[in-house]
Amino acid sequence: MKNRSLVSIDDFSTEEMIKILDLAEEFEKKPVRKLLEGKVIATLFFEPSTRTRLSFESAINRLGGKIVGFSDSATSSVSKGETLHDTIRMVSSYSDLIVMRHPMEGSARFASEIASVPVINAGDGANQHPTQTMLDLYSIRKTQGTLRDLNIFMVGDLKYGRTVHSLMMAMSRWNATFNFIAPEELKMPDEFKLYLENIGLKYYEHSDFTDIISKADIIYMTRVQKERFSDPIEYEKVKNVYVLRNSMLKNTKPNMRILHPLPRVNEIHIDVDSNPKAYYFEQALNGVFTRQAILCSLLGIK
Amino acid sequence: MKEPKQMSVSAIENGTVIDHVPAKNLFKVIQILGLDRIDSQITFGTNLESKKLGRKAIIKISGKFFEDADINRIALVAPEAKLNIIRGYEVVEKKLVEVPDSIVGIAKCMNPKCITNFEQVITRFRVVSKKNVALKCHYCEKITTQENLQII
Repeated sequence: MKNRSLVSIDDFSTEEMIKILDLAEEFEKKPVRKLLEGKVIATLFFEPSTRTRLSFESAINRLGGKIVGFSDSATSSVSKGETLHDTIRMVSSYSDLIVMRHPMEGSARFASEIASVPVINAGDGANQHPTQTMLDLYSIRKTQGTLRDLNIFMVGDLKYGRTVHSLMMAMSRWNATFNFIAPEELKMPDEFKLYLENIGLKYYEHSDFTDIISKADIIYMTRVQKERFSDPIEYEKVKNVYVLRNSMLKNTKPNMRILHPLPRVNEIHIDVDSNPKAYYFEQALNGVFTRQAILCSLLGIK
Repeated sequence: MKEPKQMSVSAIENGTVIDHVPAKNLFKVIQILGLDRIDSQITFGTNLESKKLGRKAIIKISGKFFEDADINRIALVAPEAKLNIIRGYEVVEKKLVEVPDSIVGIAKCMNPKCITNFEQVITRFRVVSKKNVALKCHYCEKITTQENLQII
């Protein structure tokens, strides 16, 4: 994987994904290693994303690498009108690898074609966020012991949520069964359902939470965002339908874990936090190990 | 009696005739093939009657022969186009256009948030459906369908 970029989750073969997950496991056992000593990593955040940036910077720091970059385009040359093309050309001569978050879709692919160093996409608009998918896979494998034959429930905004689309596509490699729980306005788009039908995987759609979640191995929660609704009344109607409460977890499987890409608003009630099935905070920590593994793989260090 | 004035479009000796171009897309075809920038003698007719297309256009280019890869670029706007290759006033070959597997630098991505609509990027698409043309953007990965297709 040396000198490759990671723009889209499909850039990795199944074997490469497994290799990254195995490597992330090693980093979980021993997170502090000076593998990036002498390396400079650029973190270019053209739009703010505190969580993702801190996770990357924590990963880089634990590996002994140095960071250059910016966390908001208002403080960079972009505010002077510099094109993305020129910024990337310049930064690739200052660094060994570029981590980039940008509001425009396709910006990461474009950057990877210009840069002379590997580019890691840390989110390009609503398009891709592959390191999130890798940490989701890591969390699923760690809690379930396998990625194969699992029953994955996805809840909330399944229409616009890029994390659920990428995770669904990735998990489809391991014979998953999917259950989609979403309001009419935010249902899983047809192109993804068609994809599942074409490769012969089962999926079921539901409009609300019922006892059906007793079958789940993973419940992947997402935020239902107010701004997605053209009619505010529709939002008011559904906003409390997709809230997970501790009382609803009674009949769920012992191995079941609840994941959420965070930040959450009200879709997981805080009374769930103390339930051992709540896994979203550990999930965030797994992001550091996974990103350590991805950084080292693309730099050809591991 | 005076002879009625008549101007005929004469046959070409060597070159290419592109027939069955939808009349409304004539200028797009000219643009895609760069015919507005070459020195060859070109005649074209448009709004001619056609049973198949309603109104069609025809383009005759003297002394010009196209590579398949070049001519297939017009498939997006003239999928039914027929080419006659002329040598010594004779049609020596007939060709149909074919929608290629990838489209570079012709179409505009319909996604308003795509980077190609903000920076100077040559657009690239993978053709995911040839019948009802659907193009998947190499950059933002969104699909542009036939009805939303715009030629740059």
